[in-house]
Amino acid sequence: MLLRSLDSGFVHPHASEITPEKVWQERRHWMSQAAIGAIGVTGVMAGLGGPAWAAEAPADKLTPFKDATGYNNFYEFGTDKADPARNAHTLVTRPWSVMVDGLVKKPLQFSLDELQKIAPQEERVYRLRCVEGWSMVLPWRGFSLAELIRRVEPLGSAKYVEFQSLADPKTMPFVGSRLLDWPYVEGLRLDEALNPLTLLAFGMYGQPLTNQNGAPVRLVVPWKYGFKSAKSLVRIRFTEKQPATAWNKAAPEEYGFYSNVNPEVDHPRWSQATERRLGEDTLFAKKRKTLMFNGYADQVASLYSGMDLRRNF
Amino acid sequence: MAFAVATRQRRERYIQLGKAGLFLLGLGPLLGLIFGVLNERLGANPAEYLIRSLGDWTMRALWLTLAITPLRHLFGWPWLVRYRRQLGLFAFFYASCHLLSYAVFDMDLDVAEMAHDLVKRPFIWVGFSAWLLMVPLALTSFNAAIRRLGSQNWQRLHRLVYAIALMALLHFFWMRAAKHNFNEVAVYGLILLLLFGWRVRHR
Repeated sequence: MLLRSLDSGFVHPHASEITPEKVWQERRHWMSQAAIGAIGVTGVMAGLGGPAWAAEAPADKLTPFKDATGYNNFYEFGTDKADPARNAHTLVTRPWSVMVDGLVKKPLQFSLDELQKIAPQEERVYRLRCVEGWSMVLPWRGFSLAELIRRVEPLGSAKYVEFQSLADPKTMPFVGSRLLDWPYVEGLRLDEALNPLTLLAFGMYGQPLTNQNGAPVRLVVPWKYGFKSAKSLVRIRFTEKQPATAWNKAAPEEYGFYSNVNPEVDHPRWSQATERRLGEDTLFAKKRKTLMFNGYADQVASLYSGMDLRRNF
Repeated sequence: MAFAVATRQRRERYIQLGKAGLFLLGLGPLLGLIFGVLNERLGANPAEYLIRSLGDWTMRALWLTLAITPLRHLFGWPWLVRYRRQLGLFAFFYASCHLLSYAVFDMDLDVAEMAHDLVKRPFIWVGFSAWLLMVPLALTSFNAAIRRLGSQNWQRLHRLVYAIALMALLHFFWMRAAKHNFNEVAVYGLILLLLFGWRVRHR
């Protein structure tokens, strides 16, 4: 195994347990064949149970590509989960630039090519937990946002980072609707943004991001509800005050600024204690328990020590 | 005389045929959903898809039920009333499927969890109450029940349907409120306003 420093990235806690889709599908096939064989040859074999590795079923399986690219929340392209896949083809992702400014020593405008090259990109498999109660397991490609932050040198007064998505009414049919206050704005505290888990992603499933998943560059914050991970970024701004974020402005009692995944703090209209893993859990399967900080407590819990997470939800 | 009887019989046959047709039509959405589940056509989150579309079909059937009387008068089609009971029962049927799918897919049939949900969330409470109010209406939908209650009492009881429709609309409104997505809610609301408005004017 490669040794990595905190700066160069993060090793997913379950990396070894995550089995690529192709492999587990082949395994399933093999197992079903083996099972048929076993029953055919001798019924006793079946009573002995499967091979040893079958017992240690992988905790997280990659979500099928078609689910990850066909079931999205990207309100600039519509409110139905299938809308982004249908409508986002109009998004123009080249040329693309990202302005990084605000309270920094070196404000810079990056072209997409420049931005992609500032640090080596790596594949990271993260769980994604949506505030609506479903989850996926996605293989991203990108680098820690900290790499970018270090290059622009934030001033001592910078306490927060604001992320702004593109809001182009010509290519995004729902920009201008009253759904949200456009452009879509998200935010993190500076220390959250500097956490090595926080990813600036350019790709998914070994290819560039599809438009509906936030091409050409997006944020991925795996211990927070999915809406915190803003898509199609055009501006990253360092501020002293907490940014006014899109969902928080729209429904402050339902979507807090922090929005850390927390099974103990319910959404006003539903429980957050459990979730359905899409593409894996069958229709009649019991929902699985949601983990504190989406299972990334070891990496991020210290960011919130002493904070009342019920109040700062 | 014989001619009039023959016409009446023919009309009765058409109405019976229409009822059979409406029955099949009413089962269509359910069959479509079952087909969708079996063929994995309901997208990445079939549970959510099922719960939501069963709710949609409940409201559609309920709104159609409420449209019968105004349409009957507007177009001079007295026979339309013969289909009202069936539409109302379909509304109850889809409401029950909606509730059942919530209980199974969202709540894993955990009774304590459901009770907790019911008490804590007005959105669930209103939806559940609307279903509960539909139960006596479904139970008294037979001719014998109408006779037993007397048509006036029966009618009084069945005015509950207005409250049920308003509660269903509120349930839907709250479901969409957090996402500021009111277009469909507005369409249902507007139609209901027209249907109620007509009734107020033609009392």
